[in-house]
Amino acid sequence: MLEINNLHAELEDDSEVKILKGLSLTINPGEVHAIMGPNGSGKSTLSYVLSGRDGYEVTQGGATLEGADLLEMEPEERAAAGLFLAFQYPVEIPGVGNMTFLRTAVNAQRKARGEEELSAGEFLKIIRAKAKELQIDADMLKRPVNVGFSGGEKKRNEILQMAMLEPKMCILDETDSGLDVDAMKLVSDGVNALRDAGRSFLVITHYQRLLNHIKPDFVHIMSEGRIIKSGGPELALEVEENGYADLMAEAS
Amino acid sequence: MVALDETQLREGVDRETVETVQSMAGTYKHGWETDIEMEFAPKGLNEDIVRLISEKNKEPEWLLEWRLEAYRRWLTMESPDWAMLKIPEIDYQEQYYYAKPKSMVEKPKSLDDVDPKLLETYAKLGIPLKEQMILAGVEGADEGRKVAVDAVFDSVSLGTTFKDELKKAGVIFCSISEAVQDHPDLVKKYLGSVVPQNDNYFAALNSAVFSDGSFVYIPAGVKCPMELSTYFRINAENTGQFERTLIVAEKGASVSYLEGCTAPKRDTTQLHAAVVEIVILEDADVKYSTVQNWFPGDENGKGGIYNFVTKRADCREDRAKVMWTQVETGSAITWKYPSCILRGDDTQGEFYSIAIANNWQQADTGTKMVHLGKNSRSRIVSKGISAGHAQNTYRGLVSMHPKATNSRNYTQCDSLLIGDKCGAHTVPYIEVRNASSRVEHEATTSKVDDDQLFYCRQRGMDEEEAVALVVNGFCKEVLQELPMEFAMEAQALVAISLEGSVG
Repeated sequence: MLEINNLHAELEDDSEVKILKGLSLTINPGEVHAIMGPNGSGKSTLSYVLSGRDGYEVTQGGATLEGADLLEMEPEERAAAGLFLAFQYPVEIPGVGNMTFLRTAVNAQRKARGEEELSAGEFLKIIRAKAKELQIDADMLKRPVNVGFSGGEKKRNEILQMAMLEPKMCILDETDSGLDVDAMKLVSDGVNALRDAGRSFLVITHYQRLLNHIKPDFVHIMSEGRIIKSGGPELALEVEENGYADLMAEAS
Repeated sequence: MVALDETQLREGVDRETVETVQSMAGTYKHGWETDIEMEFAPKGLNEDIVRLISEKNKEPEWLLEWRLEAYRRWLTMESPDWAMLKIPEIDYQEQYYYAKPKSMVEKPKSLDDVDPKLLETYAKLGIPLKEQMILAGVEGADEGRKVAVDAVFDSVSLGTTFKDELKKAGVIFCSISEAVQDHPDLVKKYLGSVVPQNDNYFAALNSAVFSDGSFVYIPAGVKCPMELSTYFRINAENTGQFERTLIVAEKGASVSYLEGCTAPKRDTTQLHAAVVEIVILEDADVKYSTVQNWFPGDENGKGGIYNFVTKRADCREDRAKVMWTQVETGSAITWKYPSCILRGDDTQGEFYSIAIANNWQQADTGTKMVHLGKNSRSRIVSKGISAGHAQNTYRGLVSMHPKATNSRNYTQCDSLLIGDKCGAHTVPYIEVRNASSRVEHEATTSKVDDDQLFYCRQRGMDEEEAVALVVNGFCKEVLQELPMEFAMEAQALVAISLEGSVG
């Protein structure tokens, strides 16, 4: 599904700041991978580079989604190809209703893929059902995108978008940050409901606790722009117990 | 509104939008008249009429001379014909230039003494002339707030509310005729300093015969404690309204001002030629909103107001800011280009406009952004909606002068056509005379927040779609910000979406 090969990236404005320094990772269809690492290890940058945000320069290596060169595509082309990023800090868009936003997005992707656009009625039916599962009420669907949403509401909204867009490759960037226990459960249930053989996940997190809810197949430890160790779920528990210091020392 | 019902909708045009436009255009709610005894100046225009108006207002000699100079200039000028408007010939001698309710001949001391019939007029229009907290019947606004009102009826101001409270803050808010009496130095210093008498045909006419209007003065460092508003009502037949508004914001001052306009339904057309001048000094900001709902004429194009307006803000010193917001739903003919002179460095001008033209209405409206100072910024967002047989033109000038280095403009104009008998036109003029400034049109990005754009694009929208979505949202926000206790038309506009619009 997602193939990252020796990826190097630096800040566009300051080539001295090298963030990704040779990161490789292969995610097969249906797999859930978790990337853990201390602050500043480049986790969020990885998600931005993959999704095509401005401000980063890839100097070496590459990434493909189902064989297609991701880095050559515009952000919206990557989205239409099935890449989804659940933002760590979902962006507020004043004046634009949540539902309008989602419908525009869904139909833009369908159009890009040469599919029929959803009518207002069909869309409404689908979104109502999905919103209910995430305990998102009608009011929240009408409110402007993320404006005045609590931390938990914003993250639930990200998952709702994911559910509506039905991506193949989902990247969750610190989706657990700012969530209380109940919200974490709700969000995790939402994610788990979307797991299937054709859909892969890359879960970026600082803490192990999210992985109690979203059980990964593989866990990778990232430090200074590279993956320094990979393993199964037990690796996350090890980090929880001993912190990152030992692993980092081991790697250097 | 038969025409609309029969209309084949373009694909993608939102049903709610059409219904909103329909409901707003279907019946003109403010078309009744107030039956009241009036005092008129003789019909027609000549130097004697100019002298009479000046005398009625007990004006000093310099102002009379100023008016006469304007009148003489006007005689040598010709009505502009460059707008995309079919303007029937106007007989300036068939108009009354001064009409005053008889009860106002002796100016009442306060609003309490004003003829109840006149007060009723405003009550019926929903304009609060009592000094009370107004419970905003607006979605999301749960707190009451105060709005000071200057009520202008035909040629005279009836009175201004909250005067004392504003005075405590040092704010002067009164009719311009009062200002001439009470603050002659200020009026003399600023009148005509933004829009000179001979600026254009209609400004010259206004300078000669303006009868009343509002005067606002915000002293240095003062944030005006409440919204200010002026409500213009044309009532008398065959009478032009020529109001003049002058707003001065001293260094660091801040004010939000709203004007609203309505007129009775009549078969004959009526003339309205206003001038608004705004002077903004260092670090001051002024937000000027208009909800223009003059009678637009009937469904056959009979009657209505001819609206020829010159509005200009001069950001005279560094970091001065102005924001024009206009919602234009009325008038048979609209000729209006609220402009920003960005004279100081780091000044900022914004123009947000929604113009709806229906039936046989014609609108030619837009803005001028004249960048003179360094790092000046301007933003233009214009939405035109046409239905029936209406013609709607956006006309805008963006001018970057040689010294206006590193300046930026962002412009977005959208038009929505409902039906196939109406027209939409966009006429942008761009002059850039330095290499470091940028003028951006429509779907370029840098003025819209990058994070928002990326968020939209990550969800699959292309750049153009993302910009349109964010800017539309922004427009709605601007509309919701309008101090519009008495402007529910504008609230209804919030429901309008420009999906299916043409760029």
